[in-house]
Amino acid sequence: MTPALAIDGLGVAFDDFVALEDVSLSVAPGGSFGLVGESGSGKSTLLRAVAGLAPASAGTIAVDGKVLGSKRDKAFYRKVQMVFQDPYGSLHPRQTVDRLLLEPLAIHGFDDAEDRIVRALDEVGLGSGFRFRYSHQLSGGQRQRVAIARALILEPSILLLDEPTSALDASVQAEVLNLLEQLRAARNLTFVMVSHDLAVITHMCDRLMVMQNGRTVEQLTAADLAAREVTQDYTRGLLAASEGFRRDV
Amino acid sequence: MSETAMTRREWLLTDRPQSRLQARLGRAYVAWRRFTANRLAVVGLLIILGMVFLAIFAPLLAPHSPYVGDLAKSRLMTPGPAHWLGTDDQGRDILSRLIYGSRLTLQVVLLVAVIAAPIGLLVGTVAGYAGGWVDAVLMRITDIFLAFPKLVLALAFVAALGPGIGNAIIAIAITSWPPYARIARAETLTVRNSDYILAVQLMGASPWRIVLRHIMPLCISSLIVRVTLDMAGIILTAAGLGFLGLGAQPPLPEWGAMIASGRRFILDQWWVAAAPGFAILVVSLGFNLLGDGLRDALDPRGSGQ
Repeated sequence: MTPALAIDGLGVAFDDFVALEDVSLSVAPGGSFGLVGESGSGKSTLLRAVAGLAPASAGTIAVDGKVLGSKRDKAFYRKVQMVFQDPYGSLHPRQTVDRLLLEPLAIHGFDDAEDRIVRALDEVGLGSGFRFRYSHQLSGGQRQRVAIARALILEPSILLLDEPTSALDASVQAEVLNLLEQLRAARNLTFVMVSHDLAVITHMCDRLMVMQNGRTVEQLTAADLAAREVTQDYTRGLLAASEGFRRDV
Repeated sequence: MSETAMTRREWLLTDRPQSRLQARLGRAYVAWRRFTANRLAVVGLLIILGMVFLAIFAPLLAPHSPYVGDLAKSRLMTPGPAHWLGTDDQGRDILSRLIYGSRLTLQVVLLVAVIAAPIGLLVGTVAGYAGGWVDAVLMRITDIFLAFPKLVLALAFVAALGPGIGNAIIAIAITSWPPYARIARAETLTVRNSDYILAVQLMGASPWRIVLRHIMPLCISSLIVRVTLDMAGIILTAAGLGFLGLGAQPPLPEWGAMIASGRRFILDQWWVAAAPGFAILVVSLGFNLLGDGLRDALDPRGSGQ
């Protein structure tokens, strides 16, 4: 089966700074892949490189078996969408929810915009009462739901999630994660999810990759992680850190 | 009565607008309330509206003809019941000339704003969003225009194009867009890498679409404020060109030209030059007050909530 997303030997460099070096991974259709690592480990850069927001200096990215060039075409954006980390910064401050959702439909020339907007809002659990609000009239969780609705309105098959819940408080986090799980099951979406929270990744993803300094440390399955079957010291360190502070004597 | 007013207010301020129109009106209403909270700004608005009223109904309001005076009997008359603001050296009623002159002033101000603001907005947003050599070229052109004093550059253009009110407008417009380009570019640079612009990019929007539909609306409010504050300067530049004989040509009742002709007898018949000077002062003040109020009402940093 062709993987939904296959990355081979990807490198990203900004001038002299190497943000990503020789990273390879592949995600099966309907799979959910997690990227973990500390700040600056290159996990967000990887997502941005896939989306075309960061320039790849080496390696290839292939979606559904098709290798992407340096310029993405419209068909790519129908297939791959992204949800940003900060819901307070990812919605245009002067546009209503309606306008935000209309924009992708207008760009891609859909004519049943009205139906799709109503449906998209329903799907993410926001009624039509939210349709004509401005983003400053929404809470953080509601904003992230709108961002998810916007990403899904083009019916992509791959969703890139850049720490979608790290800016939200704990109870809202769970809501948004559950919503993403539901949508993935309902639409057979492929997820690539970045997080620094191991618990979130083990909950959401079936496979994951640990990254450090722009390089792969190791790839694991969620089951491996749960069973503590890790081979690298760095991953062990991350695991220990995620369990919180322990008073060893 | 008060109950329907309350419900209309609630309809405008609701958290859950039911339609695009309601959402837009609600936003406009919030801005309007913030604007009217500033008393001086309302005074400025009233001055400008009064001037528009005078300009529209000039033929009905002016007591005499602005062009024809009685050279034999009514030259340089003091202000009095027959001529409220006196007459000039051609025996023409100064009040009537002022009223008709408001048309010219408005025409200059509006046309300059309509020509200069979009040019500046387009140049600035395109330069800011495109970056690289496009930015460098556009901004160096802007710098060249900015390097000249406005009036001197306008003088050069009028000298090249020939005197006249139309050419004065073109000259002023050509010299007044660079500051707008600078503002628009600065605003664009602050938003171009924000997530919401990247998100639109990720939808496959073309650069033109992003600039026109997503970046420009964010720059417009600070631009409107700046243009309104510049109106006073535009009026003064137009009056300056008129004063130097390069703007409106006689017998047009342009305020600057009126001051120029009154200059010759300023010591004995001071009102000939004072009346148009006072008119320029009041209108400039009106625009400045209006601009200040708009800044408070439209400031993107203040209006987020």
